[in-house]
Amino acid sequence: MSESNDSQPSAAERGLAFFQDRFDLDDRSLATALDTALEREIDYADLYFEYTTTDSVALEEGIVKSGDRHLEQGVGVRAVKGERQGYAHSDDLSVDGAKIAAGTARAIANEPSTQAPVAIASQTPSHDLYPVELAPTDVPVATKVAWLGEIDAYARAKDSRITQVMASIVCQQKHILIAASDGTRVADILPLVRINVQVLASDGTKREIGYQGAGGRFELGVLQDPARWQALVDEAVRVALLNLDAEPCPAGTMDVVLGPGWPGILLHEAIGHGLEGDFNRKKTSAFSGRLGQRVASEGVTVIDDGTLPGRRGSLNVDDEGTPTQRNVLIENGILVGYMQDRLNAKLMGVAPTGNGRRESYAHVPLPRMTNTFMLAGQDDPEEILKSVDNGLYAVSFAGGQVDITSGKFVFSASEAYRIENGRIGAPVKGATLIGNGPDVLTRVSRIGHDLALDEGVGTCGKDGQGVPVGVGLPTIRIDALTVGGTQG
Amino acid sequence: MTRTDPQQEMESIVERALDAAKRAGASQADVLLVQSEDREVRVRGTEIEFVKQAKERGLGIRTLVEGRGGLQTAIVSTSDLAPDAIDRMAGEAVALARATAPDPTAGIPADGFATDLPDLALFDPGDRNVSLEARIDDARRAEAAAREVDPRIDNSEGSQASSGFASITYGNSHGFMSSYDSASHGLFSEPLARDGDSMQRDYWMTAARSLSGLEDAASVGRRAAQRVLRRLGAKRIPTCEVPVLFDGITAPSLIGQLTSCLSGYAIYRESSFLKDRLGESIASDLVTIIDDGRLPGALGSKPFDGEGQPTRRNLLVTSGRLESWLLDHYSGRKLGLPSTGSASRGSGSGPHVGTTNLWLEPGEGSLDELISEIDRGLLVTELIGMGFNPTTGDYSRGAVGLWIEKGEIVHPVEEITIAGNLGDMFQQIDRVGSELVWRGRTAAPPLRIAAMTVAGE
Repeated sequence: MSESNDSQPSAAERGLAFFQDRFDLDDRSLATALDTALEREIDYADLYFEYTTTDSVALEEGIVKSGDRHLEQGVGVRAVKGERQGYAHSDDLSVDGAKIAAGTARAIANEPSTQAPVAIASQTPSHDLYPVELAPTDVPVATKVAWLGEIDAYARAKDSRITQVMASIVCQQKHILIAASDGTRVADILPLVRINVQVLASDGTKREIGYQGAGGRFELGVLQDPARWQALVDEAVRVALLNLDAEPCPAGTMDVVLGPGWPGILLHEAIGHGLEGDFNRKKTSAFSGRLGQRVASEGVTVIDDGTLPGRRGSLNVDDEGTPTQRNVLIENGILVGYMQDRLNAKLMGVAPTGNGRRESYAHVPLPRMTNTFMLAGQDDPEEILKSVDNGLYAVSFAGGQVDITSGKFVFSASEAYRIENGRIGAPVKGATLIGNGPDVLTRVSRIGHDLALDEGVGTCGKDGQGVPVGVGLPTIRIDALTVGGTQG
Repeated sequence: MTRTDPQQEMESIVERALDAAKRAGASQADVLLVQSEDREVRVRGTEIEFVKQAKERGLGIRTLVEGRGGLQTAIVSTSDLAPDAIDRMAGEAVALARATAPDPTAGIPADGFATDLPDLALFDPGDRNVSLEARIDDARRAEAAAREVDPRIDNSEGSQASSGFASITYGNSHGFMSSYDSASHGLFSEPLARDGDSMQRDYWMTAARSLSGLEDAASVGRRAAQRVLRRLGAKRIPTCEVPVLFDGITAPSLIGQLTSCLSGYAIYRESSFLKDRLGESIASDLVTIIDDGRLPGALGSKPFDGEGQPTRRNLLVTSGRLESWLLDHYSGRKLGLPSTGSASRGSGSGPHVGTTNLWLEPGEGSLDELISEIDRGLLVTELIGMGFNPTTGDYSRGAVGLWIEKGEIVHPVEEITIAGNLGDMFQQIDRVGSELVWRGRTAAPPLRIAAMTVAGE
């Protein structure tokens, strides 16, 4: 994928045309709507128009039992004054949003305004990160149904112990238009695809699930390559069969090696959330006031980058119209930056970083991660494993959570092994890792040269809002992490 | 219940969608229309931080067309209720259904629909015009009360009040059509406490169908403050195996996880560790679990489920014996059983199995009494992470709590995990407390599990 595509106008241009043609949202009507909010003395107002189509088809018991199509449309209107935000939304996607805008501003500000009318300025986005010729929602349903049938047959043929296969294909095409009282006016069209494969393996006495998924902001055709989807199915089957033989997990403090890619969820939970601007502006994060301090071992550099072409967590502009960028959070072990939306950036006296995101028009923007990863180091992954006498090797995870204030995080392994005398030992199930965010990266003692990004299935939840994100990690060794299992 | 004008308007929209589906070629269809109005405010310190007002509508159309050997199903949803948009979406649903596979089990229920709709006190008409200012005042009072308790509480994530009103209309091609209105109000306070370098947060909340059913705002703030203060100075503990007591905040999650394994879908997909256990003892005889969709004024109550079937009282576990699955029409047919009135449905999705008001029957003894009976153990006050595998029952989650020695709480505990197998954990429940407080749709009294592995230092 390339950043420029000469064959068609950019997503920003097509997005503007979409809202103008379909909903008469031109510069003049946008300015009028914003002026209504500005009748009160406020700092800032913005409008977020959204039109999203989501299609999903799902297979179980060998057949596609249902097709779903979900159309979501509406406008979110926000007025900001200091730390105060008034928010309103409506499913009426038109300039009538102006009416609710007035009510929103009234809720947070009493003073009549002295501000000049809004002058909408055209903004040229710096990226076009996910150009697609064919929108994923325009791929015929019959194609997806036939493909799911192939996945089912392929998975069942892999091993006679596979007794259930559930697979789904989810395609989304999201159109957004953002206009703000500072003159911002920008649009985008965001494709998002995802395939999920879950198998159940049964050996007569035990049953185990194996899951693998993949996705991103690209054409569905990318995943239709048999080599690509068969590898996903192979992986789901392998993990289910592996877990049939898995032993109970040990409990206690031990050295842990995390594999490359998806285990980057560690960074997301342990570090990422604590570096979001809102928590730090309010001083409710365990990382508050720690800029310039050491929070990780030497050699640890952590990045949040919304500009990676085609990735699930990438955006041309964030949901406030700020172009995304590559933000260094931790540089060689030192905390150097937080992730910001407009509100928190302004209150903290720094620049927005392109991290203002929202689930939909029905949600207020919050500082959120995009694609969060650690840069590669020098170590050979094999050597990292050999360096551990007794410990845990965790390769894949099911999910995690963090308490921002105490800094305590937890995440659950879906594939893990004992390490015995530097060798990978028996698989273990149900391993949960728990630690302290500001402390855990100071225990990183080895960093592999094998940085990998995840397959594109992450969804991050915050304040009840889910947004797609990416993570990445090289193989790393963490000394003395608590592993929660049943074998004391 | 009497029908209101807005309900009649909603029913005519549902009628139009059903007609459009039929005209487009559907042999069966059902339609759900949800209209909601929400207000939400947050106060942090003395500042109003956030005010939100919203109106939303969602129309979900499920169509089924005749295929060779079964019906083919599709679901479309939209917030665009213009007549031509409804006709277009119904047509798209039928086209989409034709692309899916015939399923001999598919279909909407043919009979058994709810006929008597009891007044379940799902809203108080007097609350309808509650002002933003009144809810801001509630949030202010909770926030102020939390901060007054102790000087170490000098910050917060704020106190939040919400009021939501919903109107739900469901109709299907077998002639069922009905509507109901409901409301839900809440108040939540999340203070922070600081002592030296240590900083902690905790919360307290209340939720009810009517404003008068909410706990007093100042009391919510004070209890949140008490919960966060007792977390200050938390320590880690060595890895051990001890009795674990869950309080009224954490115990409901265990009931929810167990019940998710009773869903008919988890049974026919073989993804529940309880799949072969119907009629058997799956828990200690202290355990009785009930799901009842018709408790007056309760947050999970509704007169009919997502397929128009009457809600009812389902005994799931009595004295440890597994009595029933939770079923909607489809999962019931897969298992050769009738629906238990447990279809849950949002406008954007098809029916699936959900609980209504789910609880574990209380036993005897206050939480303090249960604590006093433990020689050495853990009281769990918060759980984090998703470490539960429904297929195997394996359970391992991060925990925060209080360490108990000789019947007394001696210090707070953090950065630990508790692990076991949910099946074993329910067998090992050896004490059930008497306090059952509803804060949502699932409630449980304090529960003690005889022994679990606690991982720490």
